[in-house]
Amino acid sequence: MEENFRVIDNYLMVRMPEEVDHHKSVYISKTADEYIMNEGVGNVVFDFEVTRFMDSSGIGVIIGRYKKISYFGGKVFAINADTRIKRTLMICGLHKVIEIME
Amino acid sequence: MEFGTGSRTILKNEMKLHFDAISVNEAFARVAVAAFVAPLNPTMEELSDIKTAVSEAVTNAIIHGYDEEFSGKDQDVCPQVYLQCRISEDVLYVEVEDKGKGIEDIDRAMEPLFTTKPEMDRSGMGFAFMEAFMDDLEVISAPFQGTLVRMQKKLGTIPWIRQED
Repeated sequence: MEENFRVIDNYLMVRMPEEVDHHKSVYISKTADEYIMNEGVGNVVFDFEVTRFMDSSGIGVIIGRYKKISYFGGKVFAINADTRIKRTLMICGLHKVIEIME
Repeated sequence: MEFGTGSRTILKNEMKLHFDAISVNEAFARVAVAAFVAPLNPTMEELSDIKTAVSEAVTNAIIHGYDEEFSGKDQDVCPQVYLQCRISEDVLYVEVEDKGKGIEDIDRAMEPLFTTKPEMDRSGMGFAFMEAFMDDLEVISAPFQGTLVRMQKKLGTIPWIRQED
């Protein structure tokens, strides 16, 4: 699953799995944090292109990474989110702290 | 009980499951409930709402009900999560129960963003999601008495809601 993490310039790109739940989220958080620490990236992009299901565990992943990088002025982005995922993000008010892009 | 073709002619149906409290079963539980409700011809949105709510409840049972300090990892018998579903007319009733450590302050636990496990990256939105995606939510719990989450959702209401948009 390592191919789902890529560093481009100052951005960590995270390709989210088809289903984001507690079972998957532990690994995503841990691996993303390793990249943030080791590669020193400033921003994180979550790509939801293939994601069809996400529960509040996914929100925890995003908020957790946001807390880590926003401390140093970094930004978090969500891209390719379908209407369901967008709705889930917006219920939590996440659109106020991260950028949701088409 | 009558299974029709296409239209909603199921009057009553019931199922019970119990499974090991391990995270891989979160996906199993929500897919099982989705399959159970399939004969009612739910919309994709309804299915997604139900799957999210079930996922939240089962995740709670696994990581909070049976957290490590409560149920040591070296046990031979894995603690169980109990899932019950019932369809009556066009309403789905779901119950998720654990025999774990229970909740001391239910009102506080249900507050959005409240979590006892921030270090685990939990968002504290579990109960808020269950409330948002289902029509009714009831939580019965006491310390060391386990936790029972009861939810219900009426199917076939999305067309009404969409008209408002």
